[in-house]
This record gives sequence, structure tokens and C-alpha cells, in this order.
Amino acid sequence: MTTSSTTPSRWRALTRHHLFWPVAVLILLLLVNVPFTPDFFSVRMADGHLYGSLVSIVLFGSPLILVAVGMTLVIATGGIDLSVGAVVAITGALACSYISDQNDQGALSGVLLAMGLGLLAAVVCGLWNGFLVARMGIQPIIATLIIMVAGRGVAQLITDGQIITINSEPYKLIGGGYWLTLPFSIFVVAAVVAVTVALTRRTALGLLVEAVGGNAEASRLVGIRSRRIKIMVYMFCALCAGIAGLMISSNTSAADGNNAGLWIELDAILAVVIGGTSLLGGRFSIGGTVVGALVIQTLTTTIYTIGVPTQTNLVFKAAVVIVVCLLQSPKFRAKVFGAKFAARFAAKGGAKPAAAAADPAAATEAAPKMEVS
Amino acid sequence: MSATTQSPTASDSRTPSPSRAARLLGDRRLPVAVTALLFLLMYGGGLARYQYYGFAEPQVFLNLFIDNGYLLVAAVGVTFVILSGGIDLSVGSMIGFTTMFTAWLVERQGLPLLVVVPMALAVGALGGFLMGYVIHNFEIQPFIVTLAGLFLFRGLCLVISKESISISDSTVSSLAQAQASLGAGFLSIGAIVSLVVLAVAFYVLHYTRFGRRVYAIGGNEQSAMLMGLPQGGTKIAVYTVSGFCSALAGLLFTLYIQSGDPLHATGMELDAIAAVVIGGTLLTGGSGYVLGTLFGVLVLGLIKSIIQFEGTLSSWWTKIATGVLLCTFILVQRFMTTRKKA
Amino acid sequence: MAEPRPVLEMAGIVKEFPGVRALSDVDFRLFPGEIHALMGENGAGKSTLIKVLTGVYTLDGGTITLDGRSVRIASPLQAQQAGISTVYQEVNLCPNLSVAENIFIGREPTRLGRIQWKRLRREAAELVDRLGLDIDVGAPLSSYPLAVQQLVAIVRSLNTGGGEGPGTKVLILDEPTSSLDRDEVLQLFSLMRRLKDEGVAILFVSHFLDQIYEVCDRMTVLRNGTLVGEHMVSDLDQVGLVQLMLGKAMGQLDELHEHQLRSDAGDTLVQAEGLGRTGGIAPFDLEIKEGEVIGLAGLLGSGRTELARLLFGADQPDTGKVTIDGRPVSMSAPNDAIGAGVAFCSENRKSEGLVPDLTVRENIILALQASRGWTRPIPVAQRDELVAKYIKALDIRPANPEARVGQLSGGNQQKVLLARWLITQPKLLILDEPTRGIDIGAKAEIQKLVVSLSEEGMSVLYIAAELEEVLRLSHTIGVLRDRRLVAQIANGPEITPSRILETIASGEHQ
Repeated sequence: MTTSSTTPSRWRALTRHHLFWPVAVLILLLLVNVPFTPDFFSVRMADGHLYGSLVSIVLFGSPLILVAVGMTLVIATGGIDLSVGAVVAITGALACSYISDQNDQGALSGVLLAMGLGLLAAVVCGLWNGFLVARMGIQPIIATLIIMVAGRGVAQLITDGQIITINSEPYKLIGGGYWLTLPFSIFVVAAVVAVTVALTRRTALGLLVEAVGGNAEASRLVGIRSRRIKIMVYMFCALCAGIAGLMISSNTSAADGNNAGLWIELDAILAVVIGGTSLLGGRFSIGGTVVGALVIQTLTTTIYTIGVPTQTNLVFKAAVVIVVCLLQSPKFRAKVFGAKFAARFAAKGGAKPAAAAADPAAATEAAPKMEVS
Repeated sequence: MSATTQSPTASDSRTPSPSRAARLLGDRRLPVAVTALLFLLMYGGGLARYQYYGFAEPQVFLNLFIDNGYLLVAAVGVTFVILSGGIDLSVGSMIGFTTMFTAWLVERQGLPLLVVVPMALAVGALGGFLMGYVIHNFEIQPFIVTLAGLFLFRGLCLVISKESISISDSTVSSLAQAQASLGAGFLSIGAIVSLVVLAVAFYVLHYTRFGRRVYAIGGNEQSAMLMGLPQGGTKIAVYTVSGFCSALAGLLFTLYIQSGDPLHATGMELDAIAAVVIGGTLLTGGSGYVLGTLFGVLVLGLIKSIIQFEGTLSSWWTKIATGVLLCTFILVQRFMTTRKKA
Repeated sequence: MAEPRPVLEMAGIVKEFPGVRALSDVDFRLFPGEIHALMGENGAGKSTLIKVLTGVYTLDGGTITLDGRSVRIASPLQAQQAGISTVYQEVNLCPNLSVAENIFIGREPTRLGRIQWKRLRREAAELVDRLGLDIDVGAPLSSYPLAVQQLVAIVRSLNTGGGEGPGTKVLILDEPTSSLDRDEVLQLFSLMRRLKDEGVAILFVSHFLDQIYEVCDRMTVLRNGTLVGEHMVSDLDQVGLVQLMLGKAMGQLDELHEHQLRSDAGDTLVQAEGLGRTGGIAPFDLEIKEGEVIGLAGLLGSGRTELARLLFGADQPDTGKVTIDGRPVSMSAPNDAIGAGVAFCSENRKSEGLVPDLTVRENIILALQASRGWTRPIPVAQRDELVAKYIKALDIRPANPEARVGQLSGGNQQKVLLARWLITQPKLLILDEPTRGIDIGAKAEIQKLVVSLSEEGMSVLYIAAELEEVLRLSHTIGVLRDRRLVAQIANGPEITPSRILETIASGEHQ
């Protein structure tokens, strides 16, 4: 009897964990591959490198994970950053064009300088976005639209409209090299994720970000300097995008101002949403975002392996966006599953209480105050 | 206490009328005028700089309409959405999809153009309707819903075919080459259609109840609802209009380029949004004119022509110039709205 | 005098919400050509009654008779069609459209679907003219001040009857004057009188007693969801009205009052001079001593909250200056006040206090962490100890620092907010209705806490709706009326609730 009574509660505790659904979806997607590619989970060793579907999912998903991690913090403050794709292109273009101008493209100092230059440009873009959002008070979608439009032009300006190809061993390492039998980019991603987690959870940054996104007015009244925090978060997001830009250009040894990081902002937002961070801001989960990004990459891989034409990838993605957003919509849940389920779901943390109050009467005067003597 | 209990002088209800300067600054037509002025200055600058290269030819001016007719139609659709306080990111994909859909039906299925055109328009309108339906009924941000639309229609392009489909249908090519002479120059069918769309949009926005409702919900959706306006239906209709306009823009684009390609019009939603904003429409909704959108499109078109005339400047300067203009106008809008509140 | 037949008669109105009876057996009458005030404090049932009348809520019992016919009002639209129009405190119009359009939108004159602009403007101009208003109907609404927008809203509401002329029989004005200045109020009143002369019955809600006595003919007073009186304005003086609203006869009040206060206040902590904000509160001087509890007494909307917000920098003052501990503080943002040792618990716990998604622990440490900046997190051990200490001291339940604060009861949420500020060890603690909507036990605990904090030397600015509560805790009582600090009274044995009440009602303290 004891086991039968504890198992369901343990199960419930498990399903209530914020990572449960993203991870479940990821596992499900991975399992779908097995009938088509029986050795899907196997990892081979060749030339001292590890190969296998799992390794390549992480490898190809690396830039997306990076961008999505930065995006998570921006979304947690109640904002959004559309310019990350353009920042990816600018960073790659700047780094590659600097390297291609060197006599010795393999020189480590030159490569480091190039990377530094690229990342600096990225951070400046982030500073600009943060300035517009936090100082000028412009809606985030609109503020970041500017660099989204102009950024690709700037990237093409840097590369002179060409695709710059380079031949630099040290630079190749970030996005295409191997270290300790694993793709080097996995280590970069791990490092960035670790730094982000440390930055947000070891300091008070995460708490303050969540407070600003969760209740902006309360945060103001409690004395949080939300402008600074927002600017910082946009800069961090751009930095992550910059690293992703280095990685993408390094992987192909080329900088393409027009196509590098195309639509990555949309994938990143999707990854954040799948990972359980609400687009309205507030509570965020870096782990969830990483899983979300992996889900998207696995989806791409899966479509490829099960033999569906790759071009349907976008249609699937659209379907995922729609399903995830509908499930997050309190109104949809109320209509489809009934009000009871919606309330339970909302209480679980799926939605913010303001949004969950579908019934205006209940929200405005559910309990008239009775304090007058 | 005595001061506040005095009896009021009966019908003294004069109201301070706003000063002239404040009125001019507050006038909602001002941004349109600014954009028109910008266009004239740029055009004048072009005339001065390239007068020996044929910039003064009337046809150069008319080409602005010919080369940007499809963008104008798309931007008119986006104007409706932005006026209502929403945003539509699916425009570019919808245009791309329409080119593919049309090319595929005409070339691969051999359907006559007369059948294909209504089909394409209906699909566009239906797509817009569905997005509007989801936005209104499930209260999901328009940004996300139309983002899904962006993915979906671009994906459907690729589902039809990964390769470009060129159109050799004789009706299409004769339509594409048809010109309406205007004495000093000519206009293409696409340009004429776009101007007709503009006129219709102007009429709808200013002379029908629907049009005024679009402005009302953009001004204050909550109020519009409390004033008893059917704000849900209006919202859905606005996205339907945008979908329809995108499909029509797609048809014009097909005519202009005579092929379907899954990557046609990638990112054109940004051009359309930029044109609308540069045309003086507030991104927060409720204020702006389609006529402004026309000038916005013309300014973007003129940037392209000037860059062509310059010769040494490369095409990416278009994007940079668009971004800079966009930024300027957004900041100006911001200052104007804060000043008004203060 | 033979009374004419009422245009609106509500009888035995009952409205219940889960666990609460918001209106029980309320009768209400409205006669044509009168201006009628609906009075009551927070929770009296004013807004519930209006919402029942306008179809926002469906009633659970009772009847509504309009023009002698029994009606059922199921939606705001139905109310409008029946001839009941409402204008709210917030102007629900579209500022981007012209005045004429705002009056007519949704029912513009059209021919073959085309809006007839000329006719629309002409009709709007005629309507505005007939009501004696001087408004250019072609100008955008946003070019006019709020007061004129308010008038336009009234004009629009009159026209909802459809057809020719005003079809409105009952006009409800819900706090239309709260952010208008004196001239603007006079404008509004002259329009109200004109409409009254045309036979419209006006239901007027305002927190300003003077305005009620200036413009209204009769009044209905509600308290705790019941009808406590219907009077001609001329028959009931202000003291009587306040007594009715607060619900205690003078003698009854005084018995409850007992003194247990020290009067050995310390040095001056806060000195505010001429601090004020247009549309908020008239400039006031206030001195707060160390360890002193200042209670603010006044009716709802009298400016209590506005005063507190200025002292915290939550709203920026237009005039005046503040010195804290002898140093001037700019008060341009809450940060300035927090830096000087001021803490503020807002009356709106949900919208201005809690971050509902975060845990109890996170909510408690938020203020302290904000002052330390993000780079210096509170060490885990110290943090947990502090949180545990305050959860225990304030008896927050559940005593689980991991619980999401949104799921706690109102009283416990209030304690979390208190803990958040106590942890920062402020010099001045501002509590805006800390006991509102929480149970008796938690209420008593919070009051006890205030006394002990004051004994430890902390100054407290205490706002409460209950006079006894203010008197029991305060060394000094600031009395507010109509957005003005009218008196500061040192508490003592001779100070009784009835004297405070007189001051609230008359605006003068003898």
C-alpha cells in the first residue's frame, strides 16, 4: 500500500518539475529516430574524434544554444531581441575580414584580436539595443528591429558583399575543431552556459532580472535599478550572439553577411518558449532553454533522418510554435480543456496570474474588501 | 474652505483651445508631410547630382512605382495591421509563397491565370484570417502568431518546390510587358494595381466605419471595446486584409519577376514595416495615413535608385540607409509621443 | 411635496461573490432631473451597485424598474440601449480620433456605407453647442485636457440612445472629478446642471465631500453592502454623513478608544516642506520624529496614499523639499528615499508589491538585494538565517521559504512585504493600509508589530481606514480631506474619534 501511495506523488513531483515537459519532448523526438536509424544512439570513435547523431546534434545546435541562452535573459526582463541574427552576421564578418587581411592567417595573436574585435562590435550592438529599450523607453520589438534591418547591411559592408573565406587553423577550432575527442564548440557552449548560470544564480542578477520581468512597478518601488539591468542583459545577449557568430563563421571558414544566422532569432525565441520561460517575462530557466534549443536541432535532424523532405522543416517548426503558444495561452486552455484544467495549469506556473484571470469579474472584485468599521 | 463652496458662475464652460504651435506639432499629418519633404529633398538631391545621367527623365520617377508596386501593396496591408496596434511578420513569406503557388499552378498544373489569381488571393486572405482568429480568440501576441505564419508559408514554399519555377505562360508575359502610356512615360500593370489598392485603402480607412474602427482600436483597444465597437471582428479583419494584400503583392511580384522562387521576398516584411514607420505611422497604433506609407515606399525606392545611379555604392547601403531612417523616425515618434503626454 | 415617480427604482438588490455578500437587500431610487450622490467607503458596495446597474454583473436577487417597467440588464450594451449611460473616472475614448468622431464612432451617419463627414461634424457641433460647451469638434481629442475629454465622454454617452437627441434617462458619473482642477470641476458641474434641467437623472460618485454638497440634491449612503440611509443633501450635515459612512455614532466610537502611548518622541527624522504634486495632493508640511508613529486619517480618496507616495519618491513631487536626518533628499525616484532609509508598503500588494512568480524567500530579500546591487549577493547562510528569522518573527504561513508568494493568503502576503522592508532596517516605515483585506488575527499582529518597532526607535507613517486603528497606534494624527492635509493633531486622552471625525467632516480642527 505504501508504494502505491507514494509512486503517484513522486510521479506528480516529477511532472511538475519545470524541465519535465521539455525533456520529455526531447526524448520522444530522439526515440522517433530509432526505427529509422537503429544505431541512432551509438557513438563511434574515428581518428580520435567521436562521431554520432547525438554528437552532431549538439555540434550543429551549438550556435542556437548560445543565442537562445542570451535571449532567455532578455525575455525574462519582459523584452525581446530581434537583432541577434544580424549580430551573428556582423561578428562573423568582422572577425573573418580581419583575419583575411593578415599575412599569416594562422597567427594566434591575430585570431584572438579578430575575435575580440568581433565580440566588441556585438557588445556595442547590445549596448545600443539596451539604450533604446531602457533609456528611451522604446518597445523592445521595435528597438531591436533597427539593428535587425541595418545590421545585415553593415555585415555586407564589412565583407564587401562577398563571402570571405579564410584559412586559419586556430580560428577553425571554435566552430569546427576537436578537443579531447569532442567538438570544441561543445566546450564553448558548456563554458558559456556555466558562466551564465553562475552569473545569474551565484550573483543576484537572476533574481533581479526575474523581479523586473515579473512585476516592473514593484521592482521600481523596491529600488531595483532596472535600466542598468536591462542594458546589461541586452549586452549579454548580443555577446552570446557574437560568440555564436564566431562559431558559425569558423565552422564554414567563411563569413556570409547575408545568410549567416538567418532566422536564428526566431529559432532562439522558440527555444526559450519551449524551455518554459514565459514571453511575458519573469521566471526563467537556462536549463530549459538549452533543452529547448536541442529539441529544435533534434527536430531538424529527425526530419532529415526519417526521410521527410528537409524543406518541410519550417512547416514543422511553425506547427511547434503554434502548439506551444496555444498551450501557453490561458484562453485556449480554458476553451479546449475547460476552466478547471486551465486554472490548475496556471497555478503550476504556466502563466502569470494577471493573464490567467480570464474572468474579469473574478479578477476585479472577487473579494470585496471589508475593512470599514 | 470658503473658497471651494462658492457657487459657480452658471454656464462658464469655455475651454482653453490649444495654441497654434502646439496644434501644428500635434497634427497627425505632420509626419506624412515630413516624409514627403524628405522624399522631395532626396529627389532634388538626385536631380542635382545626376542631372547628366538621365535622373530627370520622368520615367525614372515612374519606375519608382513600377519597381516598388508590390512593396507598396504589401506595405498598405501592413499599415492596416500597424494602425490597429498589431504587427504582421508573415508578409514576406506570404509573398514568396504566392509566387511559388502561382508559378506552380500555372506552369506545373497548367491552370489558366484567371483561375489561379482568385485562388492565390483567397489563400492569402484565409491565412491572414486564421492568424487574426488565433490572435484575437486566444490572446496570443500578434508577433508570435505571425512569426508562426512566417515559418509556415516559407515552409510551404519549399514543400511546393525547392527549385525556382520560371513562368513562360504567354498571358503572364504579355501582362508583365503591358504598359500604360502617360505621355512622358509609362506605368506597368503592377504599378497601376498598387495605386488602385492605395486609393481603395485610403477610402476604406477614412470613409467606412470599418476603417475608423481600425484607428479606434489602435488608439485604445480597451476604450474601443467599452465604446461598444466590435473590436474582435475588426482585429481579425485587419489581419485578413494584410494577408490579402500580401497575396496580391505576391502576384504583382510574380508578374514583375516572372518566376516563383522559395526564397523570393525573404525579409520583405521588414521593408514593409520600415516603409510604414518611415511613412509616419506610429508603431503603437492609432495614428498614421496610407498616404504616408506611399511616401515611405517611395523613399525606400528612391534610396535604391540613387544607389544605382551612384554606381560605386553597393546594394547593402540600402539596408543601412533603411535602418538609419527607421531609427531616426522611431526616435522622433518617441519624442513626439512623450511630449504629447507631458 | 408630492414626489414624482422615480425614473429608476432598484429594490432588494442582492449580489454575492464566493464567500462574500457584496450587496444585501439594497434599495435605491433615482428621480428625473436630480443629481444624486452615492456615498460609501471601500467595500461599501458602491461600485458593485453601479456594476449591477450597468450590466457588468448579473444580480442575484431584487428587481430593477426603469420608467415604471421592470427590466433585466444583462450586459453594458443592454444598459446603454435601455437609456443608462456611464462615464468612468478613466476616459474611455480614443485620444487619436477627433472630438466629433469620438462622439459618434460606431454609429456614424453613412450613405451607401460611406461616412458623411460633413453631417457628422455638423451634428457633433450642434450637440456640443446645445450643451453650452465650447469645443472644436474637428480637433483631435488628445489636444484637449482631461477635463474636456471627460465632457466629451459625457456628450457621447448622452447620444447612445440613438435617434434624435439624448435618449439617456440615467447618467452615471463614476468619480469623474478625481483628477480635475477647480475650474474644470466647475465646467463639469455646469454641464451636469444643464442635463439635470433637461430631465436627466444623474448618479454622481465622488470622494470630495465639498463637491457633493455643492452639486447634489440627494444622497444614498451604503456601508458594508447595506443601505444605511437616503437623505436630502440639505438635511444631512457633513459630520452626520461621515458618521453614516464610517458607521459609528460618536459615543460608541469613544468607548472603544484607549490610550497606551508614550509621548517622549526623539529628534526630527523627516522634515517635509511644501511638498506637493498637482493632481495628487496640495503642498503640505510634515515633521516626523524618531520613533514616532504618524497616523493618517481621512476618507477614501482624500489624499492619504498620494502623501505617502510623495514621501517615498514613488511619484515625483512638483514642489517642496524633504530632508531626512538633516540631509536633503531629492525624491525623484524610490531609490533616493530608500537610500535615505525610507521603506514603503503599498496598499496594492499585487500590482505594486509582490512579484507573484517568485518565492517567499526571494520576495523577502528583494529590497535588501536591490540596495546591495546585483554583484553582491547576500551570502546564502546569512540570507537563509534572515529569512527564517522573519518568517518566524512575523509567523508567515506556510513557513516554507520556497513557496510561491502568489499562492499565500492576503495576510501572509502582507507579512512578506513587511519582512521585505524590515530586513533593510529602515528609519521610516510607510504602511499604506497594511491591514486591508486580511483576517483579524493577522491584523492584530501587524498592529502589535508597529508598536514594538516604534519602541525600538523606528518611525512609522501609518495609513488605515479605521479611525480606531489610527488612534490606537499613532502619536500624531494627520487628517486629510479633499486632497489636503488639513490638520496635525498630537494624540492624547482628549483626542477622541469623534473629534477626528469632525475634523474630517469640516476640514477644521479646534
